[in-house]
Amino acid sequence: MIATQGLTHRYHSKKGVLSHEIVFPDLAVERGESFLLLGNSGSGKTTLLHLLGGLLRPLTGKIEIEKIDIASLSETELDRMRGRQIGFVFQRNHLISALTVKNNLLMAPFLAGEKQHEERVDLVLDELGLREKKNAMIFELSQGQAQRVAIARAIINKPSLILADEPTSALDDKNCDQVIELLNKVAMENNAALIVATHDHRLKSRLKNQIIL
Amino acid sequence: MSIQLLIWNYFKAKKLNTGLNILLLSLGIAMITLLILFNNQLEEKMTNNSKGIDLVVGAKGSPLQLILCAVFHVDFPTGNIKLREADRLAKHRLVKYAIPLALGDSYQGFRVVGTNRAYSSLYQADLASGDWWEKDLEVTLGSSVAQLTKLKVGDHFESAHGLTKDGHAHDENKYVVKGILKQSGTVVDNLILTTISSVWKEHAESSSDSTMQQLPTSPSLLVSSVEASDSIREITSLLIKYKNPIAAIQLPRFINTQTSMQAASPAFEMARLFTLLGVGADALMGFAYVLIFISGLSIFIALYSSLKERRYDMAIMRSMGASRSLLFKTIILEGSILTFVGASLGLAFGHLVLGVFVHLMEEGQKAGLTAGVFYAEEAVILVGSVVLGVFCSLLPAIQAYRVDIHKVLASN
Repeated sequence: MIATQGLTHRYHSKKGVLSHEIVFPDLAVERGESFLLLGNSGSGKTTLLHLLGGLLRPLTGKIEIEKIDIASLSETELDRMRGRQIGFVFQRNHLISALTVKNNLLMAPFLAGEKQHEERVDLVLDELGLREKKNAMIFELSQGQAQRVAIARAIINKPSLILADEPTSALDDKNCDQVIELLNKVAMENNAALIVATHDHRLKSRLKNQIIL
Repeated sequence: MSIQLLIWNYFKAKKLNTGLNILLLSLGIAMITLLILFNNQLEEKMTNNSKGIDLVVGAKGSPLQLILCAVFHVDFPTGNIKLREADRLAKHRLVKYAIPLALGDSYQGFRVVGTNRAYSSLYQADLASGDWWEKDLEVTLGSSVAQLTKLKVGDHFESAHGLTKDGHAHDENKYVVKGILKQSGTVVDNLILTTISSVWKEHAESSSDSTMQQLPTSPSLLVSSVEASDSIREITSLLIKYKNPIAAIQLPRFINTQTSMQAASPAFEMARLFTLLGVGADALMGFAYVLIFISGLSIFIALYSSLKERRYDMAIMRSMGASRSLLFKTIILEGSILTFVGASLGLAFGHLVLGVFVHLMEEGQKAGLTAGVFYAEEAVILVGSVVLGVFCSLLPAIQAYRVDIHKVLASN
């Protein structure tokens, strides 16, 4: 589903004098597979995730998503691909606070240029146990609920790849368990590839496939 | 979900800020609208009222006063002129026609004008009911006069000296209403028209008038009931239409230097008045523009600072597939919707204020102002506001266009 070859990225320090390169190991993840991307802060987990999601262009190397080299895509095509194929889950601040839960979810198909089905919203919210929060504002949610809404938003377009960046590090043990379980479950159900970047050791026992940066 | 719904929700999330911006802009626009409505209507009235009058001749004094008095009927006469002299001028070879006016009285603030039928036809006045004034002490009322004084055909009334409601009443002779005119949108609407000799009768010593009863052998050109050689009778002013363009050069100079009367041109005096009033109007206009500038600045600041808060939202939206141009469009739309709504409210507010003013104040009604007309300038204002909105949101929109998704998301 997604495969990388010889990815490197160059970090620039503020003055541009000091810069260092980071070389990422090659990856190959198929649909239905899940991977844990482990590493300490600053080891480049987020950068790799952004490279995979097309939010950042690599210095060298190649990323193929469904056999398409994403370097060959224009900026607009990349935006389109991202909207339809990839679901992102971030650590926090990931929901648009001016909108209700329902409208936050509908943003995903709207921005990806796909039809907006309210039944799909109901279905996904049901699955994540958030039915009664459909018309709630974001500030009315707890952190665990907000993270579940973010997962709902990531999967509403039925993506083939789910990229999660530290999805559990702001959560307590109970919510952490729930979130990683849900992520796993929805990825399996949608037959999507799942890559979770984290330094959260609680997750180590949850996903077998691990890459350490 | 749609852009409109997204923008609406952003507005809702900042109700106070949005409301303040709209209020500021609409105040400025309302002020400009009011000035436009006022100025345009006043100018229209003035050109309508002075149509067909090239020159006004009256007693020496302020030329502006003469025009305001004889054409617009808002000021007092400068004095009287001898009928004999006016007659002589009316026969001048450069004069196409001359209409005599005898002023002095009013009824409930509406002026009684002694004149002939040439005056009513100058304004193309038509009868709505009754008949034209024919004999002395018969009057025909303008439409506003009839409306506001509730006088009907056949009613009697006493006029008072001067232009105020509580002037000295001439209770010896009562006027009788012969007819009422249709609304013409000119100064005639506010006048009570009668014969010149009626005005003389009101002011004459009651006994000395008996000699006037027989018809004159050689009647005066302006007032046919008087001998042309009469040396006592006076009128207030004479409205003159030139026969040819040469008259515009020769006639005023002739009158001002060779006679004891003065001549004033309505066009020239009005232009002078407008330059005087213009200072005030310009100051108000300037103030309105300052308000609009401030509201523009306020909208810019609001968009710019909300952009800082929304950088994360935007990066998230990009990660969900939003293109750069969509974010750009969203911000531009946000700014222009804000100014469009503000301007529309301002226009409505301007018309409303004028409507209330006209409704509550008799002066507004008398001046013939109305809130129901729209001018091309208002469309320009609306378009201009949208341009202002686009302009104010341009810089924030460019910033939104340039948001570096990776940096914003990684910095968290």
